[in-house]
Amino acid sequence: MRKLILPVLLIAIFALMPLIAELVGKNALMTLSARILMYAMAAASLNLILGYGGMVSFGHAAYFGVGAYVVGILYSHWMSEVPVFGLFPGSNQLLVTLPIAMIVSGLAALLIGALSLRTGGVQFIMITLAFAQMIFFLFVSLTAYGGEDGIIIRRANEVPGLNMRDKTTVYYVILVVAVLYFAWMWRVVNSSFGQVLKGIRQNERRMEAMGVATYRYKLYAFVLAGTGAGLAGALMANFLRFTSPDMMHWTKSGEMIIMVILGGLGTFFGPILGAAAFLILEFYLADWTEHWQLALGLILLVVVLFTKGGIMGVIARLKGGRE
Amino acid sequence: MILILEQLLNGLQYGVMLFLLAAGLTLIFGIMGVINLAHGSLYMIGAFAGTWVATTTGSFWLGIPAGLIAAALVGFLVEATVIRKLYARDHLDQVLATFALILIFNQMIILIFGRQPIFTPLPEVFYGSIEIIPGLFYPPYRLLIIAVGLLVAVGLYFLINRTRVGMLVRAGSTNRDMVRALGVDVRLLYTVVFGLGALLAGLAGYMTGPILAVQVGMGEDILLATFVVVVIGGVGSIKGAFVAGIGLGVVDTMLRAFLPTILRGFMAPSDADAIGASVSSMGIFLLMAIVLLIRPKGLFAAGG
Repeated sequence: MRKLILPVLLIAIFALMPLIAELVGKNALMTLSARILMYAMAAASLNLILGYGGMVSFGHAAYFGVGAYVVGILYSHWMSEVPVFGLFPGSNQLLVTLPIAMIVSGLAALLIGALSLRTGGVQFIMITLAFAQMIFFLFVSLTAYGGEDGIIIRRANEVPGLNMRDKTTVYYVILVVAVLYFAWMWRVVNSSFGQVLKGIRQNERRMEAMGVATYRYKLYAFVLAGTGAGLAGALMANFLRFTSPDMMHWTKSGEMIIMVILGGLGTFFGPILGAAAFLILEFYLADWTEHWQLALGLILLVVVLFTKGGIMGVIARLKGGRE
Repeated sequence: MILILEQLLNGLQYGVMLFLLAAGLTLIFGIMGVINLAHGSLYMIGAFAGTWVATTTGSFWLGIPAGLIAAALVGFLVEATVIRKLYARDHLDQVLATFALILIFNQMIILIFGRQPIFTPLPEVFYGSIEIIPGLFYPPYRLLIIAVGLLVAVGLYFLINRTRVGMLVRAGSTNRDMVRALGVDVRLLYTVVFGLGALLAGLAGYMTGPILAVQVGMGEDILLATFVVVVIGGVGSIKGAFVAGIGLGVVDTMLRAFLPTILRGFMAPSDADAIGASVSSMGIFLLMAIVLLIRPKGLFAAGG
């Protein structure tokens, strides 16, 4: 039962957030809360390869951006009624665009992962960064889809029976998708697949000697991580009603890594707490001073140099338990 | 033909700049095992400090020692306070901590100098252009950059291959632990190497000032290209940094100069310019991906 306390508490907080925001008269709180949910999903997907699998991917924002662009591109084709590549029509249905966003970003991850995973160490970090930069510049060059300015999505994708023009409704849709995603993630990391992944991080050679095809497992994880980021990006495009290459800038990949580390590498709730801590910090620091990045940098430096295991590590130590 | 030659020279000039940055980065990488994302910040600090001194004193030449000293001092400080704690950590911690340094340095520069780009005054000697070969006019300042870059390359070659410090550096990039086991004071070696890297970054920053704007964020723009050079050249290899730096400089400049024109043959001019520009930006990353897939350790990787 004790295991359920944190998830129930988190869901309750997120579910009550729109009400709280209305009570204190700060709509920005709901926006912040929605951003936390979406970045938590993206960070959790990165955590699967970074924390559980030990693969330092420095290009995770690319899949996030690809997911967002799938929504944007499908929407612009639905508006103009011109088929995508002349093959299939655009769409403004969330139940259509989300799966397509996951598939496309998964395919991008498959291609990039298949090539990148042949290297390791520093070279892996750099090659994932390189591919992400290529995707970034690819979207900058797509003048048909706004180039550097991106695509404005006039209305959030529709869901039958829901009024998606209402921001609060969109918020709850995001919450439902996030809860489903984390439930699925819970199953993944606790499955035998998750165990193999952790084994690979600890000692890849040993796993290989045990007869595990490590390359294939790492690639599966890489693709799953890509789809997760794509899903989060697709939601983000709907929430912001906007998508641009900025979403996949390499510093965004850096921010996702920060969220994972801040929360606690390779822990289930780490990415949620990390995303929350990062975005809340950004929210209030930016409110306080225009030079908030200076404070953020200092805090980050202290966290990296002097704490072990991020927020989850601190919690574990406070409880006196051993992780 | 003249146009191609001119762009070749531009490529060479960009290439030696990349080399100045990559040489330090590859040594820090290879010898200390540290991924230093803040290397671009040292480049920025050199540019700002040098330019500030140059504009206050009115002398371009005084800016050079100022930029070098500022970058080296900050380099020593950073090494002593942050980098030293990162040697034993994994790459992830290093990436994060130095990413934090980028945020800190960028904001400090904004606090001191503001967000507006500043410009370096050029001495009158460098005004106009000179005719190198009949028909080819070229700005002398860019020639100076090329000359300085090549001089540094020669100097580094002798430092690395002919001196005792260089021997330790070579040994360090081949097998760090063995050097330590042999009783060499690696901490001192690390500080020297980091300081040298910072010095070269500061030099590169100040020298580029008159060509590009000196502004916040200039470090990040060139940092990624520098990392590409380091990885393609092979971590820890000065020779690799030189070959890859010049190579990438030329390829990148050529793509930027000629790709839009070539594409105009197929498509509308505005599309050609946009696609040409971003495909050229992709070029170096594509090159790196290809090199790594064929030689996962880079072209001239040091050690095993």
